[in-house]
Amino acid sequence: MDTSLPDELREARDAIRKYAADFGLDFFDVIFEMVDYDEMNSLAALEGFPVRYPHWRFGMSYDQLSKGYEWGLQKIYEMVINTNPSYAYLLKSNPLVDQKMVMAHVYGHVDFFKNNFWFSRTNRKMLDSMANHSVRIRRYMDEYGQEVVESFIDQCLSIENLIDPHLPFQEKGVDQKKLETEQQQEAQVGKIRVDRPYMESFINPKEFLDEQKKRFDEKRKESKKIPPEPQKDVLQFLLQYAPLESWQSDVLSIVREEAYYFVPQRQTKIMNEGWASYWHSKIMTQKALRDSEIIDFAHNHAGTLVMQPGRVNPYKIGIELFRDIEDRWNRGAFGKEFEECQDNEEKVRWDKKLGKGREKIFQIRRVDNDITFIDNYITPEFVERFKLYTYEFNRRTNQFEIAERDFKKVKEKLLGQLTNMGQPFIMVTDGNFENRGELLLWHHHQGVDLDLRWAKETLASVSKIWGRPVNLQTEIENQKKLLVYSKGEFSEKAI
Amino acid sequence: MIHGVKQDHSRFRNIVKGKIKEDLKKYVTHGELIARKGKNHVSVPMPQIEIPQFRFGQKQQGGVGHGNGKAGDPVGAGDPQEGEGKAGEQEGQHSLEVDLTLEELAEILGEQLELPKIEPRGSKTIRSQTDRYTGIASNGPESLKHFRRTYKEALKRQIATGTYDADNPIIIPTRKDRKYRSWKSDVRQENSAVIIYMMDVSGSMGDEQKEIVRTEAFWIDTWLRSQYKGIETRYIIHDATAREVDEDTFFKTRESGGTLISSAYKLCEKMIQMDYAPADWNIYPFHFSDGDNWSGEDTRLCLDILNKSLLPTSNVFCYGQVESRYGSGQFFKDLLETYGKDHERVILSKIENKEGILGSIKDFLGKGK
Repeated sequence: MDTSLPDELREARDAIRKYAADFGLDFFDVIFEMVDYDEMNSLAALEGFPVRYPHWRFGMSYDQLSKGYEWGLQKIYEMVINTNPSYAYLLKSNPLVDQKMVMAHVYGHVDFFKNNFWFSRTNRKMLDSMANHSVRIRRYMDEYGQEVVESFIDQCLSIENLIDPHLPFQEKGVDQKKLETEQQQEAQVGKIRVDRPYMESFINPKEFLDEQKKRFDEKRKESKKIPPEPQKDVLQFLLQYAPLESWQSDVLSIVREEAYYFVPQRQTKIMNEGWASYWHSKIMTQKALRDSEIIDFAHNHAGTLVMQPGRVNPYKIGIELFRDIEDRWNRGAFGKEFEECQDNEEKVRWDKKLGKGREKIFQIRRVDNDITFIDNYITPEFVERFKLYTYEFNRRTNQFEIAERDFKKVKEKLLGQLTNMGQPFIMVTDGNFENRGELLLWHHHQGVDLDLRWAKETLASVSKIWGRPVNLQTEIENQKKLLVYSKGEFSEKAI
Repeated sequence: MIHGVKQDHSRFRNIVKGKIKEDLKKYVTHGELIARKGKNHVSVPMPQIEIPQFRFGQKQQGGVGHGNGKAGDPVGAGDPQEGEGKAGEQEGQHSLEVDLTLEELAEILGEQLELPKIEPRGSKTIRSQTDRYTGIASNGPESLKHFRRTYKEALKRQIATGTYDADNPIIIPTRKDRKYRSWKSDVRQENSAVIIYMMDVSGSMGDEQKEIVRTEAFWIDTWLRSQYKGIETRYIIHDATAREVDEDTFFKTRESGGTLISSAYKLCEKMIQMDYAPADWNIYPFHFSDGDNWSGEDTRLCLDILNKSLLPTSNVFCYGQVESRYGSGQFFKDLLETYGKDHERVILSKIENKEGILGSIKDFLGKGK
């Protein structure tokens, strides 16, 4: 298959790359490949990587994407993967103006991949790693049977969200230090210091020492709990302590590695799309567009940014927030003085001719993720301008209803949805629960209950990996509960 | 370059069909379950398997939306819509649904099964014309001027002739640039049609059989509605006796007892005599059963009613036999013996399982009658 660019597109790419660089974007080399819609759907189903291990879920994605395409409901315009060099795919059948827009968009993404802090620990050779994973899993399938291996993958995927997004940024070796101080303590076992040796048997009689030792042992037993502190990376815990065969460990570690790879993209969805859209718009309208293309461009651009009632489009929020910030920092419309100003008229007209807008958004794209982006930069004016609201489920009418338009509430809800990438906090708290080798998971409840049906099914998956009963401590309708999956049966008790 | 995904795809299809990996089957949401939304819309869930994960219950969670409306107004939060989806955007949280109008659905069905348009019967065809403003013309009254098209036309011309100045982008349409909305005449059959569904609800028809009938009836309805302007549907259930019921009851009732098919045919005959003059109506009786009839004598009676009154008045008479563990399937054989495979007015079809539904619809509607 020839995926190289035709001359016309090569020229367009060279021009756009230059415009992007002139604007200060800093990207890895980008290799564009031309694919037809079926190849595009296939690649998208495989999340951009041409070689993945066999799994039915990729087939499901493909099924949905190709049906969506055939029924004219959706079409994938662009796809780019975070590797160095980066690979981006262009749809063969797109007209030139679309291809130019996609290229500009892609350079925005790649600049973001390269420079955003949250991507700094990702594996830029993921293309090779994915291919490598594929080889390993195919080998296990040959050896143990596709059914067996695939079912195990299903179980691993069931908990692929139970990882710790901050782990790649943590220092290692903290645990070792803690262990040493514990050992020092052990040598003394609660003796009271004695300066005169003849007083020893009076100050530290045997009964006293025994009791101290007993107390200490209990305490130590407690602290020898595995894990010592609640552990967010459940996958890692299972890798360490679950009774897995070596191929199972390897499969689980593959699922874990791939899950970590995709974390930053989920952490920066709004920013990443906003940034790429900002730049495709800037590059196209200021540099790359021909007059004859302007209407088609406007139509496509509007298409990607359309806000359907009731839903928030990350592309739209992202680009508008970047533009808003740029404008505010150009005018100096931020900070104490501005915020304390009570006069709306004056705030609108505010202009200190600061001209720091561009610099500011480049700084943001380096350090922020969606949470800090929204937390630091969304303003009441922004919420009002884009008519954002929160909605809630009304049990009485059995439908979702608009709840509030208050800035604080909207912001809170947005942040809430982004926290932990919209996933519940679930941690391992005990690998030897009730001293029976059972696993205890803890749901850190923050106001929203788990979906009970799914929680039970998930426990069943975990139990298959753990090999022993699995417990989940959670809260359902303000009642603390322990869900237990044991020997194929669920039970539930209040605690 | 990308071989793997095709294998993954066939594996997924097999799981959905339940051929492999039984344990996953409970997570499969099926494509046949079609939800009507409002009057003219349906949503068709695509087959999908969700891997269970810890996640929030949706109802407590709520979210952020945008748009007009005041507190308490409903939002369509339950219906995610994939717009122009991008890679990796599937959150996998909701089941994927495709929203279609019934018209589009009928079109897809027609395309998939290569169904011919239905020719209403005989000389009584009345055509009605409705005008819809969907076209564009270069002449027309000023009140119908299409500004955007006119502007675009003028812009094109100016760019082509080199009079467009990007620094001073003033566009002046000339007479030739003007575009007007114009109508297209939509000719539709004014004829009305009636579908009379009859179903055997005797003990041997189980839930699975009824689900098949329900799905099939939905698709038949959808297709015929796209072909006729006004459609009425009537429902008859029967075991040893027959009665008319509403749609809901039709699909839910389960009786026990014997089966006299003639009872339904008699009622159908009466219904036509009372309400549907064959001169004004296109009549479609559909009968679904598992093929068990009480006696050969009753079958003879059925044939008699068919020959004398149902066949002469109907466009086609359709008999669908749903396989059931208990049914003998005799009635199908009897009809086949009497009318043969290629009878002008009688269409017979066997529906073995859910996968057979589409084939059977093609049997029924493939003749364009």
